[in-house]
Amino acid sequence: MATDTQLDLWEVFIQSKSGNHHTHAGSVHASDKQMALQNARDIYTRRNEGSSIWVVPSKYVTASNSEDADMLFDPSNDKIYRHPTFYVMPEGAKQI
Amino acid sequence: MTKQEALYTYTLRLGDNALIQGHRLSEWCSRGPILEEDLALTNLALDQIGRAQAFLKYAAHIEGQGKTEDDLAYKRGEREFYNNLITELPIGDFAYTIAKQLLISAFEFYQFSELSKSSDETIAGISAKALKEVRYHLVHAQDWCYRLGKGTPVSHKKLQQAFRELWMYTGELFEMDEIDQLLMQDGTAIDLMSLRPDWLNLVGSILADSTIVLPADTYMQTGSRKGIHTEYLGHLLSEVQYLQRAYPDATW
Repeated sequence: MATDTQLDLWEVFIQSKSGNHHTHAGSVHASDKQMALQNARDIYTRRNEGSSIWVVPSKYVTASNSEDADMLFDPSNDKIYRHPTFYVMPEGAKQI
Repeated sequence: MTKQEALYTYTLRLGDNALIQGHRLSEWCSRGPILEEDLALTNLALDQIGRAQAFLKYAAHIEGQGKTEDDLAYKRGEREFYNNLITELPIGDFAYTIAKQLLISAFEFYQFSELSKSSDETIAGISAKALKEVRYHLVHAQDWCYRLGKGTPVSHKKLQQAFRELWMYTGELFEMDEIDQLLMQDGTAIDLMSLRPDWLNLVGSILADSTIVLPADTYMQTGSRKGIHTEYLGHLLSEVQYLQRAYPDATW
């Protein structure tokens, strides 16, 4: 992998509207948190996508190891009863 | 001079400042120091061009000859433009662009704060929207001043030099003439001179925090209120207006 010669990497989370959760949007380069927020604003909310932004230094993200994928995720493959599909949805319930 | 003529020119000034500064910022497209900053500067450019469109549309309406904002942007000659000289100066290096943006955004912050209270509803409306954009422009320029000023000896030197070179273009921002006087009578126009102490305080404190020396007031450039410009505006317009001049009324 080519060495990144730009500034530190930050992960960007955007909340599309108040009440929704913040969703990972991508990453930006920045030298400090102010700059990370501004760059995230300029790159990921310029088409009115956001109402709130979180930025987190990428170095603080702990990621699962792809080699562990079968151990971590395969066991949930065949447990369809964990989905709430066996219930009748109450009328008027949204956001489930 | 009638009130209509005065208002037309006054609105042109507001539109031209945004159009020319917006075009200069757009020159950073694909040339930013990093991708993030490339987008940041072109975002600022789009804010300015949107503002130019709104003011020029209003100017065309005031003139009442059936013109559009495009006619005013693309079919006026150099001597009919009223933008402040500082907006037409070349973008220079990144430090120069940031210094220029700080001086302009700090001015626009006070200008649009006051103009959003104008008795002219259209000017007040456009100004209220512009003020939100300008607050961001100011923060962006201010943070870069801190970084460059307190960055490396080279970045500090370039930023300091930029402010020295630009200072003589700041006097004009606050110039007023009979147009301002006439329109101030009914609260349409604002007293620009009264904004200077606040502007100077703000710029002074940002520069101090950036370890940059505030340049001393010396000779101030002037001319734009009468349509007299630096050598740079003609070249800029030849690029901006090329298509409409070569192929009048061309459409997609």
